[in-house]
Amino acid sequence: MAKLKEKIMHGVFFVCAMASILAVLLICWFLFANGLPAMAEIGVFDFLFGTNWAPTDSPPSFGIFPMILGSIYVTAGALIFGVPIGIFAAVYMAKFCPKKLYRVLKPAVELLAGIPSVVYGFFGMVILVPFVREVFGGDGNSILTASILLGIMILPTIISVSESALRAVPDSYYEGSLALGATHERSVFFTIVPAAKSAIFAAVILGVGRAIGETMAVIMICGNQPRIPVDILKGVRTLTANIVLEMSYAADLHREALIATGVVLFVFILIINISFSLIKKKD
Amino acid sequence: MKKGKKERAYRSPLSLFYKYFTYFSAVVTFTVLIFIIGYILVKGIPYLTPQLFEFEYNTENVSMMPAIINTITTTLLSLLFAVPLGICSAIYLVEYASRGNKFVKLVRITTETLSGIPSIVYGLFGMLFFVTTLGFGYSLLSGSLTLAIMILPLIMRTTEEALKAVPDSYREASFGMGAGRLRTVWKVVLPSAMSGIMAGVILAIGRICGETAALIYTSGTVAEMAQSVMDSGRTLAIHMWALSGEGLHMDQSYATAVILLIVVLLINTLSAFLAKRLTKG
Repeated sequence: MAKLKEKIMHGVFFVCAMASILAVLLICWFLFANGLPAMAEIGVFDFLFGTNWAPTDSPPSFGIFPMILGSIYVTAGALIFGVPIGIFAAVYMAKFCPKKLYRVLKPAVELLAGIPSVVYGFFGMVILVPFVREVFGGDGNSILTASILLGIMILPTIISVSESALRAVPDSYYEGSLALGATHERSVFFTIVPAAKSAIFAAVILGVGRAIGETMAVIMICGNQPRIPVDILKGVRTLTANIVLEMSYAADLHREALIATGVVLFVFILIINISFSLIKKKD
Repeated sequence: MKKGKKERAYRSPLSLFYKYFTYFSAVVTFTVLIFIIGYILVKGIPYLTPQLFEFEYNTENVSMMPAIINTITTTLLSLLFAVPLGICSAIYLVEYASRGNKFVKLVRITTETLSGIPSIVYGLFGMLFFVTTLGFGYSLLSGSLTLAIMILPLIMRTTEEALKAVPDSYREASFGMGAGRLRTVWKVVLPSAMSGIMAGVILAIGRICGETAALIYTSGTVAEMAQSVMDSGRTLAIHMWALSGEGLHMDQSYATAVILLIVVLLINTLSAFLAKRLTKG
């Protein structure tokens, strides 16, 4: 009896463990099965590199190149703001911070990670948009605004992953450097940080994933015009925004083209994930 | 002594610059957080009127009460699906599977993939699978199932860590007393890993409460309280998005943001408290 129960539960646990595999398969299947036919109908090249997105015109035109560029620009901007600050803040928390202060800073970073993206978006709408409008001109809903906000949003990811990478460097590196006469600062920046280099790079890649997949905050502040971005003070539309903005009224090929936009985004994310795990493995 | 220290620092101006930049970065991070929270609290708290918590929503009071109740329903439903599944699969990975097993590797890879997928892609999948293919329509059920998949990797990872933190001597002692594997897991390992598992579940609640993109096209944006799980209804985060998008109710948007922030604050505190108990115990 006990043995039977043991066997049954073993089976149950095994089946549960398959859930995540099943989920990934289902997600891939449903996205690709619904998105790829549209891509084929529009023409893969016309879809990916077409510069005109006019789904309601006749004849309609489905080129998502402006959105691909939009996502890339906004993400690159977020990295410019988020990466230096994030990495150095992580160095501070791991190597310079007094213990008492750390007990405040660590929960602060976790809190930053926990704030919902609508709240970030709302904050961007009421503070950053007017700020950029006043200081830099334009109407405020721009690549620059989105970059600043996304830079803030990827901070907690970059900080917490880099911090644990820095902490994982063996103490002997630091001690060896001290023994050679280097100061604390020199030992930290020229032995510990280089030793954690590839893990820090993995943190940045994770940040890229966050930034490129962010939806709600970006929609609220980046203007959403589907055109090739020319100026960082002009509005832009990202892949994620394209889906949310038009899905509510899209039908037929338009709807499928939006799902295909999701497929493109999904492929981007898969590439990012794979490079993240490759770098982590190498470490 | 003091002079010597100073001299050494000057010898490498670059590391001195780096050092001050770390201070600067930490200050920036902290200031941004304080500014966001402070600004929203200051602007929002005065508008937390009793009107906002009336049970019936109309365009007059733009009450968030229905949205709060929908959020609670969605949270409970998602947890109902994801928590047993997540815990059981973590048990399999930690307690049953042999190390280095190919199946375990596959599960790890897929879990990592799941945790990297952006919420809008979950939203699209939920719309295609639960709403259309399974015919659940725009409903709390579709939304909750979508969110359940989204939080599954989080629950699995935290549970795994909590299970691994239980010392092997506990298991050996239990086996030594003649208990089987199942009994050991159930009576010995799970209870001692409980606070770690709870910390993960609470983090998952936080993600559910703040989620928007995955829900817009699965549970819909109806502002009323859902009468059953097959009804459409907006959660608090969607409510906030809709309000701020209309631009007519900015004050109420601030107030809604305050409630969301308070939820996040509570959740983080509770989860940190439980995680601390885990490391102590």
